[in-house]
Amino acid sequence: MKIEIKDLNIFYQDKQAVFGLNLGIPANQILSVIGPANSGITSLLRSLNRLIDLTPDVRTEGRILIDGKSVYDSDVNVTELRRRVGMVFDVPTPLPISIFDNVAYGPRLRGKKGAGALSETVEEALRMAALWDDVKNRLKAPAMSLSGGQQQRLCIARVLALKPEVILLDRPCSGLDPISTAKIEDSLTQLKERFTIIIAPHNVQQAGRISNRVAFMLMGRLIEEGTNTEIFSNPKDQRTSDYVTGRFG
Amino acid sequence: MKINPRVSEKIAKGLIWSAALSVLAVLVGIIIFILAKGLPIINWSFLTEIPRNMGRSGGVASPIVGTLFVAAVAVVLAVPFGIGTAFYLAEYTRENAVTRIIRFSAESLAGIPSIVYGLFGFIFFVIYLDLGWSVLSGGLTLAFMILPTVIRTSEEAIRAVPDTYREVSFSLGGTKWQTIRKAVFPSAIQGITNGVILGLGRCVAETAAVILTAGTALRMPASIFSPTRTMAIHFFILAREGISMDNAYGTAALLIILIFFINVVANALVNRFVAKGR
Repeated sequence: MKIEIKDLNIFYQDKQAVFGLNLGIPANQILSVIGPANSGITSLLRSLNRLIDLTPDVRTEGRILIDGKSVYDSDVNVTELRRRVGMVFDVPTPLPISIFDNVAYGPRLRGKKGAGALSETVEEALRMAALWDDVKNRLKAPAMSLSGGQQQRLCIARVLALKPEVILLDRPCSGLDPISTAKIEDSLTQLKERFTIIIAPHNVQQAGRISNRVAFMLMGRLIEEGTNTEIFSNPKDQRTSDYVTGRFG
Repeated sequence: MKINPRVSEKIAKGLIWSAALSVLAVLVGIIIFILAKGLPIINWSFLTEIPRNMGRSGGVASPIVGTLFVAAVAVVLAVPFGIGTAFYLAEYTRENAVTRIIRFSAESLAGIPSIVYGLFGFIFFVIYLDLGWSVLSGGLTLAFMILPTVIRTSEEAIRAVPDTYREVSFSLGGTKWQTIRKAVFPSAIQGITNGVILGLGRCVAETAAVILTAGTALRMPASIFSPTRTMAIHFFILAREGISMDNAYGTAALLIILIFFINVVANALVNRFVAKGR
């Protein structure tokens, strides 16, 4: 298992968002975490790279192990953790700088790097995110000038440039058209060979198209987890069945 | 009586337009009046000569230098502390007793008339610290005066930066300082610069606070310990003592041009170095 989550509880002040969650996530697969709004999925994703620490008055209990090492240990370097566990947000979030500078942002934080090595990293990341051909002639253009779908692929490239081990995607296609969505899904399917991908898909159909494994969450609790076939064709829990067949949610 | 909505719409539009136009007319009127009276006075020798005969003849070279000198000292002192405080308030702390005290103090300071700063500067810097009437005393006093403006405008500019920029930077492995320097500061610099220009403008135009601290000396200031006279004080004295209304208008016109020039240059610099990639 790449990631093991044990008895995870997440509280915002007095309100509990995640309840006693246990989940193992294998490497080099796509895990979709599905569930209606307010299921605690975003909280779960944000706890994996400790981005949740930025939220005031948040408290987490339990253990999250990546390669057997707890991310909440006192000797964990949080910035290093966030490089290993990259994140793509639900709306495209390019910084107001050029396309190149966006992708180079992470590597530059890490320290000095030759201009040649840096442009190599940027090109590689943009190729993996299937954006290179769109932007290779205008790397100096503002990132804001790209379309929504291109911006989101830029955000994926920005994460890939960190050479992470795990990529978290929190409803990355929620504002995108079907063609852009298809492009991103294609990239993800190829990327899983090199990375461990955890995605909150924007609907059940997307989970069905891209994932190897699916976890269903409801009201902060993990209801069921299994392979794609298990969850979609043969769910054990009635609520899972109701959700994936569209009876609620 | 009920007014037809189409009529009331016209009346409202007319009133709002005439309000805006009359303000504009007054503003433009003042500027044209001063420039019309002052511009004919300005020539090369007016710019390069030191005032002679109490300012009846000669130029305004030393008041120009004095103005820029005092304002520069004030800005150099106020900007680092002001921006530092703004970042502390906006990024490094949550609302608590300390931030409320800082903000309350800054807002109170902003409401104090400048003559009170002048009196404080006179008693504290000029007499108690024995700095005398000097560029330094004037600059320190003005620094205190513009500090609240710099803090408030900078804090607003920093808070206006979308939180997503911070989240992105943190999620890419940025530390707090890297995030502030590379994601927040470049987006806030425009607003911060506006605050600094506002403060600089107040320094350049200030009379009450500097007349008591920088003095009214006509000679060229040799160092920050020399007394000096700013342009605003120069034409205040010229007009009040009835020395030379022509030279007063000339100095005032020059001051307007200077403030305009500062605005244009500062905006151009920001656009050139920061706004790229937007």
